[in-house]
Amino acid sequence: MLSYLLKQPPAPPSGDKRWKLVGATMRRYGYESYALIETMHAVQEAFGFLDEEALRFVAASLRVPLSRVYGVATFYHYFTLKPQGRHTCVLCTGTACYIKGSSKNLAAVEDKYKIKPGDTTKDDNLSLLTARCLGSCGLAPAGVFDGEVVAKLTPDLVMGRIARWMP
Amino acid sequence: MTDRPLTKNIRPGQPPLDLKGYEKAGGYAAVRKALGGMAPKDVTQVIKDSNLRGRGGAGFPTGVKWSLVPIGPDAPRPKYLVVNADEMEPGTFKDRLLLEGDPHQLVEAVIVAAYAIEAETAYIFLRGEYILAAKLLMQAIAEARAAGYLGNNILGSGYNLDLHLHTSAGRYICGEETALLNSLEGKRATPRAKPPFPQISGLWGKPTIVNNVETLSNIPHILVNGPEWFKGLSHTPNGGTKLYGVSGKVKRPGVWELPMGTTVRELLEEHAGGMRDGLKLRGIIPGGASTDFLGEEHLDLQLDFDTVGKAGSRMGTGTMIILDDQTCPVGFVHSLIQFFAHESCGWCTPCREGLPWTEKILAALEAGQGEMADLDRLGKQVKFMAPGMTFCPLAPGAMSPLGSGIKRFREDFERHIREKRCPWR
Ligand SMILES: Cc1cc2nc3c(=O)[nH]c(=O)nc-3n(C[C@H](O)[C@H](O)[C@H](O)COP(=O)(O)O)c2cc1C
Ligand code: SF4
Ligand code: FES
Repeated sequence: MLSYLLKQPPAPPSGDKRWKLVGATMRRYGYESYALIETMHAVQEAFGFLDEEALRFVAASLRVPLSRVYGVATFYHYFTLKPQGRHTCVLCTGTACYIKGSSKNLAAVEDKYKIKPGDTTKDDNLSLLTARCLGSCGLAPAGVFDGEVVAKLTPDLVMGRIARWMP
Repeated sequence: MTDRPLTKNIRPGQPPLDLKGYEKAGGYAAVRKALGGMAPKDVTQVIKDSNLRGRGGAGFPTGVKWSLVPIGPDAPRPKYLVVNADEMEPGTFKDRLLLEGDPHQLVEAVIVAAYAIEAETAYIFLRGEYILAAKLLMQAIAEARAAGYLGNNILGSGYNLDLHLHTSAGRYICGEETALLNSLEGKRATPRAKPPFPQISGLWGKPTIVNNVETLSNIPHILVNGPEWFKGLSHTPNGGTKLYGVSGKVKRPGVWELPMGTTVRELLEEHAGGMRDGLKLRGIIPGGASTDFLGEEHLDLQLDFDTVGKAGSRMGTGTMIILDDQTCPVGFVHSLIQFFAHESCGWCTPCREGLPWTEKILAALEAGQGEMADLDRLGKQVKFMAPGMTFCPLAPGAMSPLGSGIKRFREDFERHIREKRCPWR
């Protein structure tokens, strides 16, 4: 970790252009350590997940111990150390959605695609995630399909949405 | 003057007012009034006089909170104002309405509040999933900056303010104000010991005020219309209006701005349209997941901080979840505890170990694999995680629906054990 001693931030791990976006975020915050979460948001937006290379690079650039970077990366739900599928289906299992039958929706996806929450199908097409309250309880049960919030879900609606993504 | 100040500019299905529209509707008058000749402590006095209490859940008097910040030339600087827009409490969906429906109202409120405590930097700590709100807030902030409401020497007053938006990476504990400050500093969101309180030593050890979105959104209206007007909006001595919400199997779930002190009955029957046909009310979680169950006997209770407190629960966020007779109360409580167990930040042992254990016991009970001794075990956990036994109020909050749920639905818990199955399945 020689970079601690250097004034210049370290070079990105590869020539991949997406590192430029990450670098721009860190520069905007003057490479201050408090920009850690913002920077990891940028990495994940650019690459879809955080791998060890990225964690090491961020740690060196912001001069924070790797342990803290790893601690933050594993603490917050949004960050993931595993690559995600091409499409994501998030189903809310919060209490308002539970009352309205969210478990049936979840079971339908689990049965058909043989995955559990947190998993991705073998063909990398679909990641299944759960959330606990999306702030849409008035529209329960709610879910998010590739970023779009969908209300009043039923197993048919969920399966229909996912079917559109499948080859 | 309106009797629905918070939502008067919100038109369902339409984008929020832009700067021009907001100004035309009387917006930014409070900024002009405050910065155009009021001393910061006068602004705080007006808020004190209005009896405004924090809408983030605890109901702490806002003016009193502000007055704890050191003011004047000798005060430590920089000082910070932070908007708590994390809204992750299950069953709570009220701040989102304000964020998406009238972002300029919040920006204006931030300017006035920051001025009152002489803060020159403010942050909005926004829940990551609120993507539309993030976009609308960024637009509103940019418009306000271009119009000279943010930046240096605002409206020629000599007062400077920068406003930043931080999108959270997602964790319920971030809503707890000291954990939120750690998160803003780029760390894991574990709570801090209090005292010192953030008003004295908050963000980077400097005086900081954390207020909820709904709390702040009231500020411009109080400043323009006066504290007496604000108190007059309410049915009870807790001033103002409140955003109340209802979810569960009612005919029309939703959020409404109503006078503080509106009864449970009015909310449930008039606004939410009553229970769905054929269903009966069995329990009410009055204010987000971490409040004690109320029941049918509380239908005429006026919903405000003091009255709900006297009835043995808390108003919390004012957004209630309704339990009906066709939903299993054990499953309902289990779903709440699942949430809390998942969200324990891990900092202190009773919560980190106790909540997952509690969750396991409930899972077994729900599946018909429990035994009578489990009810005592749960009762013990409620004691181990009582207020004061853990580092922060997350665990006691989780115990509220559990402890009151076991009392209220004891017979249903016992049936799961005796019949070795869930009677609702
Ligand atoms: C576990 C936990 C979660 C909380 N979540 C929120 C939240 O999402 N939004 C909020 O405004 N306050 C939340 N609070 C309350 C805050 O700690 C704080 O009291 C509040 O933001 C103060 O604002 P107010 O005085 O305007 O109510 C939470 C508290 C705890 C203990
Ligand atoms: S009570 Fe739970 S959430 Fe609060 S500090 Fe302890 S472990 Fe963290
Ligand atoms: S519980 Fe599902 S959106 Fe609130």
